[in-house]
Amino acid sequence: MTSSATPNGAMVRVDGLRKSYGTVEAVRGVSLEVQRGQVVVVIGPSGCGKSTFLRCINLLEEPSAGTLQVGDRSFEFGPGKAMPHGRDLARFRSRIGMVFQQFDLFPHMTVLGNVMSGPLIVKKMAKAEAEPIARDLLAKVGLANFTARYPRELSGGQQQRVAIARALAMQPEIMLFDEVTSALDPELVGEVLDVMKQLAADGTTMIVVTHEMAFAHDVADHVVVMEAGQVVEQGPADEVLLRPKNARTASFLARFHSTIGERKA
Amino acid sequence: MFVLAAYSWDFSLVPNYLNFWLKGLGVTLAYSVGTILGGMIIGVVCGMLLLARTKWVTLPVHYYVEIFRCTPLLVQIVWFYFALPIVLQIELPDWFAAGLGLTLYMGAFATEIFRGGIISIDKGQWQASRALGMTWPELMQNIILPQAIKRMIPPFVNQSIIQLKNTSLLYVVAIPDLMYTGSIIVSDTFRPLEVYTVVAVSYFVILYPLTLYAARLEARVDQ
Repeated sequence: MTSSATPNGAMVRVDGLRKSYGTVEAVRGVSLEVQRGQVVVVIGPSGCGKSTFLRCINLLEEPSAGTLQVGDRSFEFGPGKAMPHGRDLARFRSRIGMVFQQFDLFPHMTVLGNVMSGPLIVKKMAKAEAEPIARDLLAKVGLANFTARYPRELSGGQQQRVAIARALAMQPEIMLFDEVTSALDPELVGEVLDVMKQLAADGTTMIVVTHEMAFAHDVADHVVVMEAGQVVEQGPADEVLLRPKNARTASFLARFHSTIGERKA
Repeated sequence: MFVLAAYSWDFSLVPNYLNFWLKGLGVTLAYSVGTILGGMIIGVVCGMLLLARTKWVTLPVHYYVEIFRCTPLLVQIVWFYFALPIVLQIELPDWFAAGLGLTLYMGAFATEIFRGGIISIDKGQWQASRALGMTWPELMQNIILPQAIKRMIPPFVNQSIIQLKNTSLLYVVAIPDLMYTGSIIVSDTFRPLEVYTVVAVSYFVILYPLTLYAARLEARVDQ
């Protein structure tokens, strides 16, 4: 993954980010730095704004205020500040991979077609060039034999692995994961988490919104706890997950601690 | 019952007018194809406009659709044929003025079909395309339309079948379609029952295979 860093060395730098829908403020001043190769896991109760925050990073949501830097691009948001749009916005997003809860594969394309879609449509790459890249990625996520299948013929776990390969095909500088195992049957969660662990081990920069605390503990360099649109605690995974300083973090984590313990043992 | 039983059917005169029949059939098919194609173009353009975020664009289109959906087609045909040239102070060729109402009527329904097809596509498809870095034209062309068009085809074929039948209303403005041709032959032969039976059978023979085809299409799309 070749990439550029922000002037201060961070891959992503968010400062005072806010997002409101009408009178409801979903994200209320979040700041975060992600270094290259770092895995940041964002946890918190449902509706705490963690998904909205993630969607602000590739501008699927337009932040209402704050600043955002990804690689060498930086933006300022607020009244009178211009949002990027059209091709400029699309270019910016193409450098950030994102995987969603519901997979959102393209049903009219084969598995291979899905993985090639970014390179072919966005990068205007020749098919002969895109296909080997896509096949390599499908092999990497363990689906080398599924290239000619259609998404509907695959299990949820397989579909999600295709979605990861599709995002990786753009050779993004950073990967965003938005509760990617939440829609899966429990027995299919592991295969997706394994792929993500492999990516982390390969040095991929990742921001992961998840409820999988064991995964967070095993893979995260840095854990961010959000509640009611704000960061209530952040720090190294062990510190935040096992010895939380904040009372709300502690109560949120209480019901997960057994799982973390199991994995650790 | 006595009267019906006593009527002696006589179709022997019908073949004498074969040329008329074929011309009438040609006119019906020409108006069908023409107004369906015209309506389709209007539907694509207006359907796209309905996707716009500004009220100034969507509102006029919305009113256009509602006006044509909420007035009888017969009234529309008559109005465009007789009133429009006076309102606009221009002379329109008869064949054009006659088809205008039909075309705009088809356009109104096609607009709804197009819009319905687009908005039926899951939001996830839009966000996944955007996240990959596709621009609006790129995601429309490659992701949304290929899926939406499949869903638009069955309602569009159904509307086209209705449209072909609706061309018979051109009778009122003396366009020599199948129906009007029938009325001419009736005045020549005084055999209305036979002639209108032939008219009805002609429409059925054209449309029945089309409805079968539409049903098959629907089954395929449902898969």
